[in-house]
Amino acid sequence: MTQERPIRVLIAKPGLDGHDRGAKVVARALRDAGMEVIYTGIRQTPQMIAEAALQEDVQVVGLSILSGAHLELFPRVVEELRSRGVDDVLLFAGGIIPQDDIPAVNKIGFKGVFGPGTDTNDIIAFVREHAPVRA
Amino acid sequence: MTPPSGGVDTASDLVEGVLAGNRRALARAITHVEADSAIGREVLARIYPRTGRAQTVGITGSAGAGKSTLVGALAREERKRGRTVGIVAIDPSSPFSHGAILGDRIRMQDLTADGGVFLRSMASRGNLGGLSESATGVVDVLDAAGFDVVMIETVGAGQDEVEVANAAGTTVLVANPGGGDEVQSMKAGLMEVAQVMTVNKSDLAGADTALTQLKALLAIAHLGSWEPPILKTIARTGEGVPELVDAIDRHHAHITSSVHAVEERRAQATRQLIALARAALHREALVAAATTGALEALVDSVARRERDPRNAAAALLDAVKAQWARE
Ligand code: B12
Ligand SMILES: Nc1nc2c(ncn2[C@@H]2O[C@H](COP(=O)(O)OP(=O)(O)O)[C@@H](O)[C@H]2O)c(=O)[nH]1
Ligand SMILES: [Mg+2]
Repeated sequence: MTQERPIRVLIAKPGLDGHDRGAKVVARALRDAGMEVIYTGIRQTPQMIAEAALQEDVQVVGLSILSGAHLELFPRVVEELRSRGVDDVLLFAGGIIPQDDIPAVNKIGFKGVFGPGTDTNDIIAFVREHAPVRA
Repeated sequence: MTPPSGGVDTASDLVEGVLAGNRRALARAITHVEADSAIGREVLARIYPRTGRAQTVGITGSAGAGKSTLVGALAREERKRGRTVGIVAIDPSSPFSHGAILGDRIRMQDLTADGGVFLRSMASRGNLGGLSESATGVVDVLDAAGFDVVMIETVGAGQDEVEVANAAGTTVLVANPGGGDEVQSMKAGLMEVAQVMTVNKSDLAGADTALTQLKALLAIAHLGSWEPPILKTIARTGEGVPELVDAIDRHHAHITSSVHAVEERRAQATRQLIALARAALHREALVAAATTGALEALVDSVARRERDPRNAAAALLDAVKAQWARE
């Protein structure tokens, strides 16, 4: 009866953005797909997100942002993760991220970006395919 | 040590890192212990002799009672008193998908930035009794890492979450005002597992009624030499929390200094060992039963009403034992 170890995911909302529907939809979808999702609520600083990722030793960090501050906040999250030595997590994101900004977001390490109307099955498949293995 | 990175963990590096206060090593060691991997087992074997220093505190009570908020408030108070705090917060896994949403961090956001606090969320992963199977091991890792206080927040799903006593020296039961029916229905087990009780949300109406009801229940519970104090707290504002820490500390002093201290430790060791052995036996027995094919056959005969479940279960156990003898 050895069960597969669930993938652990942190879903976080950086900055002052209060739009949390999308983050919750994604968190629930991943939960229903058998993953363990740590949801930290809104108004997270990049430090808080990186520290939570470290303490929880998640395999995946997903940022949800609809405020338009992604180009300012995402690099800071990456920086905070790096300064803590958290270098083996899958990063991805969703929310309102204009097409033109996606290359820049990809470049700093976000493997996937999912906008409005995304089928959550695509998000689940993405995580299953790319999440690094832990214990 | 070098911080762990993708797939090259070794137990020695992790143990060394945990003992040296490396938070990343600590986090990864917990992952291995939670997964019950070979590395996790080795980590536990090596650190266990270094445990027993931390004061362990369990926080139990129904979902929504304010456990997470209270753990946050308690941790803040402990920090004020100069103590470091490790926290294990357990939430239920879905019995259907096996997934979970672990939301206890939401109530402790401000603690994330504090280097003297380490918070780990865990899913119950099918374990009943309020903890996850690996929770006691995770407490041991935090203990070895040197945290002065280690708090364990239980799932809060049922009335029989007595396993918290396996992990905690002092257990705090969190009740609420207006939960009259709830207080009434608190089974003796949960009452007897707690050494400190608090009526949280005592800013709401009915706090004193709840307090009286708890007192009445305590009067008929089976108690030892320690009489559980009953306090009132408002976790949201921190009111009553210093008094709660004082009460927890008094109980800690009681169990560590009492003439029964050795006995207490043996009793806890027994509970931990039996709980883990039972879970392991259960798993292995099911594997053996499946291997022999006996389970399938017996299920068929019970479903056809040829055999009653009680005798079928006995036959299943015989088949399992025979399978083990062959292995
Ligand atoms: C509902 C809504 C609100 C609600 C929010 C309720 C709540 N608690 O979430 C309310 C009314 C409160 C609100 C307020 C505001 N809003 Co508003 N809001 C919207 C609206 C109409 C829909 C957002 C939504 O909930 N969608 C449903 C969810 C399920 O979709 P989603 O979030 O996109 O998530 C999906 C994907 O993006 C992705 N996803 C999301 N997160 C993540 C994370 C990961 C890791 C992954 C993989 C995927 C992923 O998966 C999800 C499923 O497909 C959008 C417009 C729009 N069409 O998007 C504007 C919008 C986001 N809002 C906007 C604005 C400006 C505001 C306000 C500033 C308005 C004001 N002046 O007061 C305030 C700010 C509030 C705050 N504190 O931040 C702008 C943002 C503009 C920008 N970024 O440049 C938008 C785009 C409207 C617009 N066209 O101008 N809003
Ligand atoms: N009025 C009041 N609400 C509280 C108090 N403590 C916690 N809460 C609220 O109770 C709800 C559940 O709290 P939470 O800590 O998540 O409970 P848990 O499920 O037991 O961990 C939240 O909305 C808290 O803000 C309190 O002392 N007074
Ligand atoms: Mg909680």
